[in-house]
Amino acid sequence: MKFVADSPIQAAPGDARAPEVPSVTEVLQDLAKTTVLQVQNYSKLSYHSITNLVSGPRYGQDTLDQMDVIGVGSLPIVLLSGFFIGAVMVLQTGTQFERFGQASLTGDIVSLALVRELGPSITGLLVAGRCSSGIASELGSMVVTEQVDAMRAMGTDPSRKLVTPRVLATLITLPLLTTISVFVGLLGGMVASVLSLRINATTFWERAIKILEFSDIMQGFSKTVVFAFIIATVGCYQGLNVRGGTQGVGRATTQAVVVASVLIIVSDTFLTKIALYLADKFF
Amino acid sequence: MEPNSSRQAATLTDTSQAAIEFNDVRLGFAEGEILRGVTFSAQERETVILLGETGTGKTLLLKLAAGLLRPDSGSIRVLDKDISSLSESDLLAARRQIGFVFQEGALFDSLTVGENVAYRLHEDGVNEDEMEPRVQEVLRFVELPHTSDLLPSELSGGMRRRVAIARALVARPPIVLYDSPTAGLDPITSQTIISLILRLRDVYGVTALLATHRLQDGFALANFHFDPQSKKVRRDSSPEEARTPPTRFLVLRAGKIYFEGSPDELMKSQDPYLQRFLI
Repeated sequence: MKFVADSPIQAAPGDARAPEVPSVTEVLQDLAKTTVLQVQNYSKLSYHSITNLVSGPRYGQDTLDQMDVIGVGSLPIVLLSGFFIGAVMVLQTGTQFERFGQASLTGDIVSLALVRELGPSITGLLVAGRCSSGIASELGSMVVTEQVDAMRAMGTDPSRKLVTPRVLATLITLPLLTTISVFVGLLGGMVASVLSLRINATTFWERAIKILEFSDIMQGFSKTVVFAFIIATVGCYQGLNVRGGTQGVGRATTQAVVVASVLIIVSDTFLTKIALYLADKFF
Repeated sequence: MEPNSSRQAATLTDTSQAAIEFNDVRLGFAEGEILRGVTFSAQERETVILLGETGTGKTLLLKLAAGLLRPDSGSIRVLDKDISSLSESDLLAARRQIGFVFQEGALFDSLTVGENVAYRLHEDGVNEDEMEPRVQEVLRFVELPHTSDLLPSELSGGMRRRVAIARALVARPPIVLYDSPTAGLDPITSQTIISLILRLRDVYGVTALLATHRLQDGFALANFHFDPQSKKVRRDSSPEEARTPPTRFLVLRAGKIYFEGSPDELMKSQDPYLQRFLI
């Protein structure tokens, strides 16, 4: 009788070979290939997350649900951290300005720092910590329990059902959260300046608002849009590419926060440079 | 039929309409090739039992049949469509003709049982008035009519599989794929699930691929039928009854079809490897 293949128990003992140790070049090649593949897959996911909006089916209710989870859910930490960041900014800068008798400039500097830089980046990092991880663990759990496969088997595109609503919800809510954070930060700064620097609240507020130009607001806003896209797409990418069961979900969750946070900080540098250049050229 | 006779079986069944057709399908991953040239077909209303040890590629075959994976080479035709060459968007439409029962049920854990079952109807844009009776109908079919508002986590393992069957059934697909539907269940619950699959086959006339490593599941499907008059599962009383609708076994081994044939042929085989399944 002819067998198609031998079962493991029929294999001759001499056939067992020691596993080959890969060379350094092979390891580097594999690493490069993996990295290129990951960048390619991430780019495809990001591209589809936006192009899905052009054609149906669209999942409006899922987007609203995600706006509630990401936006409303992040509100307490954004409010709390925003208030105290504004306050601590005043305490740090106010004492320096006081040495030169320019304590009234505190409002200007705190306002500019919050609108241009601290508001978008701190809110972005907080939401990344909370939501990139949440998205990655939720989608990762769905992958390991075959719920994503079940979705595909029932004719649903996971990119439309899971990714696009999360990206859209983050794109809508992060600018709003940042606006709230900046406002609360200015309130915190005002309280700190009244209590610590004995600056009049009206003076602080007037200077804080008057110093702002359109370019400052655009700089802050454009950053929040990019950060929102990073937070949602990184979370979705890490979640949908989970390998290795529950341990893999944990890894993807950590990875999502780390990658999103690093990308936010790195992109912040380039966005600031571009925004300053554009402000210089056009405003 | 003796081992390695898949080509002969395919020839025998070519005269009738094939609902699922695999032709020299190969699939591999980083760790090596798992499927090494699989060829078989399942005729309309036929139940094909995929038997094999763990890791022989039974689940992969089902996922390939559903278009969830693409083969490295070879072609797969499902209901006259070459799903191995369809784009992802066309595949989504093609998958609506297929019900898939996953090994652990794969129910959406944040949705209730009713919402899980209604999921596909929602996607198809069925209106709410029509949806509720259809959901109730399939939940009654799987004998879980009062679980609509429960979450999957509140159900036992067997109940979750039954809900998964209800979810696969609700859109009335002509093909249902079962991935080890009785794995990890006690004998009595396993029997309930098999009875349900029998009823689904005999009431709705679906074509089915069933992956399992339990031979008794296959023989139960081959030797029993659902009697709509008495509404009971009964043993087939004649060879003719046993052949209608047909049930066939495929045994996978080392990425290939090792055996393809009827339950009788499997039982009579003297092949030592097949004998290990029969013990």
